[in-house]
Amino acid sequence: MFLVIDRLSHTYLTKTTAVTALDDVSLSVEKGEFVSFLGPSGCGKTTLLSIIAGLIEPTEGAVLIEGEPLWSGGSDAQTARRAVGYMLQQDYLFPWKTIEENILLGLKMTRTLTAQTKERALALLAEIGLAGVESYYPSQLSGGMRQRAALVRTLATDPKLLLLDEPFSALDQQTKLKLEELVWKTLKQYEKTAVLVTHDIEEAIAMSDRIFLFSPRPGRLVRTFVIPDELRGRPPLAARQHPAFSPLFQSIWKEMEDLEAAP
Amino acid sequence: MKPLHDRIESLHREYLAALRKERRVIRLWQTALLVAFFAVWEAASRFHWVDPLLFSSPSAIAKLFGEKLGDHSLFVHTWATLFETLLGFLIGTTGGALIGAVLWWFPRLAKTLDPYLVVFNAMPKVALGPILIVALGPGFTSIIAMGVVISIIITTIVVYSAFQEVDPNYLKVLRTFGATRYQCFKEAVLPASFPAIISTLKVNVGLAWVGVITGEFLVSKQGLGYLIIYGFQVFNFTLVLMSLLIVALLSTVMYQLVAIVEKKWGSRR
Repeated sequence: MFLVIDRLSHTYLTKTTAVTALDDVSLSVEKGEFVSFLGPSGCGKTTLLSIIAGLIEPTEGAVLIEGEPLWSGGSDAQTARRAVGYMLQQDYLFPWKTIEENILLGLKMTRTLTAQTKERALALLAEIGLAGVESYYPSQLSGGMRQRAALVRTLATDPKLLLLDEPFSALDQQTKLKLEELVWKTLKQYEKTAVLVTHDIEEAIAMSDRIFLFSPRPGRLVRTFVIPDELRGRPPLAARQHPAFSPLFQSIWKEMEDLEAAP
Repeated sequence: MKPLHDRIESLHREYLAALRKERRVIRLWQTALLVAFFAVWEAASRFHWVDPLLFSSPSAIAKLFGEKLGDHSLFVHTWATLFETLLGFLIGTTGGALIGAVLWWFPRLAKTLDPYLVVFNAMPKVALGPILIVALGPGFTSIIAMGVVISIIITTIVVYSAFQEVDPNYLKVLRTFGATRYQCFKEAVLPASFPAIISTLKVNVGLAWVGVITGEFLVSKQGLGYLIIYGFQVFNFTLVLMSLLIVALLSTVMYQLVAIVEKKWGSRR
């Protein structure tokens, strides 16, 4: 197993309350798999992603990446954390840096910036359709282009695991569909393992191999949907057209409705 | 399509011409206002509408200016004030920014010092003048110290709060790459706060002048502040007003320089 989440619980403490965001979540992801965390807001999916990214230490439980625990301390945990790339809801390209400086940021932070890794990052930028914008500032690019540049920034450090925190939610429909296609193809091409957080059922079906459905307050894993082979083999746009798409959407929709109806 | 294109072209030309005309009209009025001010002043003094002993006149000021330029004394005084102001401004601004950075680095120190900063900020800093002169001696050191004291606390507060208001998502991006605290500061916190730091520069230009002129009032050795207080004591208001005009001119130039810096460094956003 590539990523193992073992009986993970997390509680946020504030002055007045203690809110349990995640309650006893266990799951595992195989190498090269694309999974989605689906659920309404408040189901702790972003918290879970932040824990996997090593940004928050969970109250209880463990996260293992290729058998290395994330929170044991020591250099192994550090290395495991570096293996993770994180993409946010908005691009958060640094407006005072050029696109080139932005996409090399991760390499600079991890002290792995060499002529070779730099060339690879710039090649990736060209491959993703952004050749020639290296010296531009982010404000000179459109929303879709910026999010693509942010993807290059995330991939430049060659992470083993990609965490996508609703990266398409701030884009218009057309850009979003195109970008889903691009991200899916890029990740398949480089055989990356990816976790996508979303509240968009269609997006989850179109992109994933498996969908983990979460219930809100406290966040619990309620069901796992395995996407049938005829959909998972197809890129997102084609999967959306497939006859198997709609029935699956209906069943997940119904499951989510039942979640909300439950006390 | 040619006629439409031509029409747009000529419309654009007309628009630009209108803009230029508007700018000329404004400039004309501004000049007229300045000329009228000095003319009325001169007339009021000549015809004794106001007491020329108290309000002097532009011609008397110009004459004095010529004399003072001739014996080089004006240059010495102006240079002293300008030097003190520049140094006070630079030390106050960089010092305040550095303290702000230290506070950001040590959150517990920031929390501890918070009430003291509030007290220091609320206090009229010129009231420290006598103590500074006793401590540092009646010379240019205490005058510069006045310029520093008056601007350093507000700079610290503004810069520190700018550091804190940096969008945490930029830090999140860096932390997912395993960035250290120093890297977070250098790559995100400092550059994101640049607009705030530049705006404290503008405020500090004014504050440094206040500090230095007050300091020269108290020390009374040389400088434009000394000329003002000396002129007041010997009832030479021509000297007072001349010094005042020079201060106004120099502080405007300094403010414009800061504005240019702001434009240059802020243009990328």
